[in-house]
Amino acid sequence: MKLSRSQIQERIGDKLLSLMATGAMLFLYIPVLVLIVFSFNDNRSLTLPLRGFTLKWYEKFLSNTDMLTAIGNSLYVASVATVITIVIGTVAAFALDRVVFPGKTVFRRLVLLPIALPGIITGISMLNMFKLMGINLSLETVILGHATGLVAIVVTQVFARLQRFNRRIEEASSDLGARPWQTFCYVTLPNLRSALIGSALLSFTVSFDEIPVTFFLTGRDNTLPMYIYSTLRRGITPEINAVGTVIVVLSLGLIVLSVYLLRESAKE
Amino acid sequence: MNDIIQIKNVSKIYPGAITAVSDLSLAVKEGEFVTFLGPSGCGKTTILRMIAGFEIPTNGKIYLAGEDVTEHPPYERQVNTVFQDYALFPHMNIRENVGYGLRVAGMSKQDIKPAVEQALTTVGLTDKADARPGNLSGGQKQRVALARAMVRRPKVLLLDEPLSALDAKLREAMQVELKQLHKQLGITFVFVTHDQKEALVMSDRVIVMEAGRIVQSGTPTELYDHPVTPYVADFIGNSNKLYGKVVSADAAQVTLQVGSHRVQSTPGQTRYSAGDDVLAIVRPEKVRLLADGEDPRNYSIIPGIVREVLFHGSSCRLEIDIGQQQLFDLDMQLELALNTSDIGGPGTSVNLAINSDMVSVFPIEEDNV
Amino acid sequence: MKESTRRKITSFSLVSAPFVWILVFLFIPYIVMFTYSFYVKKYPTFIPAFEFVNYIAIVSDPQYYQILFRTARIAFMVAGSALLIAYPLAYFLVFKIRSDKLRAALYMAVIVPLWVSYLLRAYTWKTILGSEGILNSLLVWSGFLDAPTDIFLYNQFSMVVTLTYIFVPFMVMPIYMALEKIPGSMVEASKDLGVGPFRTFLRVTLPLSMPGVIAGATFTICLTFGDFVAAFLVGGPNGAMIATIIQSQFGATLNWPLGAALSIVMLVIVLSIISLSDRLERSGHIDLG
Repeated sequence: MKLSRSQIQERIGDKLLSLMATGAMLFLYIPVLVLIVFSFNDNRSLTLPLRGFTLKWYEKFLSNTDMLTAIGNSLYVASVATVITIVIGTVAAFALDRVVFPGKTVFRRLVLLPIALPGIITGISMLNMFKLMGINLSLETVILGHATGLVAIVVTQVFARLQRFNRRIEEASSDLGARPWQTFCYVTLPNLRSALIGSALLSFTVSFDEIPVTFFLTGRDNTLPMYIYSTLRRGITPEINAVGTVIVVLSLGLIVLSVYLLRESAKE
Repeated sequence: MNDIIQIKNVSKIYPGAITAVSDLSLAVKEGEFVTFLGPSGCGKTTILRMIAGFEIPTNGKIYLAGEDVTEHPPYERQVNTVFQDYALFPHMNIRENVGYGLRVAGMSKQDIKPAVEQALTTVGLTDKADARPGNLSGGQKQRVALARAMVRRPKVLLLDEPLSALDAKLREAMQVELKQLHKQLGITFVFVTHDQKEALVMSDRVIVMEAGRIVQSGTPTELYDHPVTPYVADFIGNSNKLYGKVVSADAAQVTLQVGSHRVQSTPGQTRYSAGDDVLAIVRPEKVRLLADGEDPRNYSIIPGIVREVLFHGSSCRLEIDIGQQQLFDLDMQLELALNTSDIGGPGTSVNLAINSDMVSVFPIEEDNV
Repeated sequence: MKESTRRKITSFSLVSAPFVWILVFLFIPYIVMFTYSFYVKKYPTFIPAFEFVNYIAIVSDPQYYQILFRTARIAFMVAGSALLIAYPLAYFLVFKIRSDKLRAALYMAVIVPLWVSYLLRAYTWKTILGSEGILNSLLVWSGFLDAPTDIFLYNQFSMVVTLTYIFVPFMVMPIYMALEKIPGSMVEASKDLGVGPFRTFLRVTLPLSMPGVIAGATFTICLTFGDFVAAFLVGGPNGAMIATIIQSQFGATLNWPLGAALSIVMLVIVLSIISLSDRLERSGHIDLG
């Protein structure tokens, strides 16, 4: 069967496209692969050829008390920041969805700003303010910084869910005798569940890996990314690969779960 | 019988000067099945929502069982609503949906269970108790919504066009079921619909609304046989519209000139004088054809030529040209003794025999032309 | 309590809580930063003042404005190369993958790294591009090079490569969403009218996907502008970005006013880019219904 010119054009185009797409996927994942492979490589420097399989880098990082403390700090910061941001973000999303008030557009722009702007601006501006107010830097200031930056994530997801929300079921609940707080707990919240959990997981992960805002708001205690950052000043070690691999794998897990939940919420 | 609902001079005006309901007053007796009937935007749903508590009247007061509930929120009123889209809780199963009202009232689990079972039995859905709303058909969802509203034994059950999403056969079946349910439960039903057939089938009393006001309130028969405005006559059932002038009017009858024909009508409330422009309305099934050689007696006779014969299954409609580009619809039942072959086809000359009792006369105002 | 009063109280508290937070932690900090930018450095730290000295330094001292230009250049190059990689990938996923499940899985595979540590993703390129790194050892081992070279790292090339790597998922997301919205019937209609596949792409698909392209490019340019992490890891002195300079003002240099002023300049630049792209998007807005 003879192909027309445009059919040939299409075939070549398709092949080229698949090539480019495959290349792009490889580009995205080879560095991650490198990270993981070299975390098991028995060689102090990260060069080819590979020497042998070892777990010593993992042992090293697990026995590194400074690093473990930093991990603990990161968990603390991420947990508290996530809770704060879920509360503030959900309230803000409700306000945007249901209340008519002056300055709504400005409010919305402000809330979404930290995500569009480089983190350094959020970090520095808050640093300036803490300095002016005489507040010392600590993990708590980091928490405040993270919560502020992450609100945008929660607001966008929860607001999107609220827009699709069938308010009739809230009316039905009220009609059946439920007081407003009962309607909120028994009807509204359960239907927001996947949006809330999805954005919580996402916020947690972002907070855990965060650098630009953290850099300017950290006191004496380091979070994990800050610890790694300062270690990197001194040079590369496969220990970083090991901790990096663990972070990547855990983050990937949490994010896949979160994206899945957010997609489910989009279907509701 | 007491008035269970009293609405006194209630208006609802939305921002932008949009008047949904205008100075409306009415009373609903305990145990009645009342239907608000009208097209979209006439205010019927707004009234329902004000009774339920979802909207607060701009003016006026609403009383439930003698108590002023005008400002009360929905959860403080002893009325329950069946919504148009059912509004079932998607995250609960049927049992939990139906029992919700009892749960928030603080009833114990042991007491809720039998009440839910009974409600589900009444609507015939005991086998679906553990299913989720997403897995039910429209008709089943509707029953769940009913059960959920009934289980709290409200004083009044409000139904906001609950049958509009169902297909025709199911609708008819549900209409009968609702009527039976009403008899069985003995509580007041307030129903809202735009479907006049539905209103006629189920209601003890129908309230026809237009542009935020009540036009006529009465039993289905009253509304059908004695509409007080052309709007009501047109909205309920079918009608033929004949424009004419009054020739003479006295206590016994009103004589009209319609085209080149004389039509008699029994006088209603309005006093007419000769020369008044009027609109006469005659229902298609209230007219018969004069048989060949029959004595016209005291019928008004309008001759015409059959234009079209439309077969409707158990009945048929004749479209008859009565001159001056007017088509008159005549409906006749096809019975054992009469079938389509007995009726003359297009082109047949016929004479319409109109009884003066079947002619409703209305003065002509700008808005009913 | 009257129902209408209750509703008003709820609305008020609903709006005020996040509002207060935003005011305290977003709005006021910007004001403070703006104020600081007029302060003056005085040994050992700085003093309150109202001087334009910092802003003047930014526009007159090449040390600062050259870095601003370099940062802008890098930002645009990153957006460009990320676009070149992201667009075909997004197009492939939307139009050439038949199975919905496979497409969702692949899309997730592309997007998920977006949220995984920025630091680590930049770090991997440090290990790959260095003279002791993977790329070099691969080239030496395969015979392309005699000895490891250091041209791959600590320059603008490494910055662009690293940042492109980080931002490709940021680009794919909006482009994918824009391409998804295009009804397949439009492409078919074009072909039906006799327009070949390539020209269909140019005339129909590409213009309709522009909002996604603009969104992705804007996001990439703005965030690249503020990067100091990649600059620290792979930039070297040649690849220093404006954010690096800002960073040092708050570090050893202790010239907070200058740092604040530079931040304000960055803020203005980034906000301008955002509003420019907003306008572009609105003017070219096509309602796909």
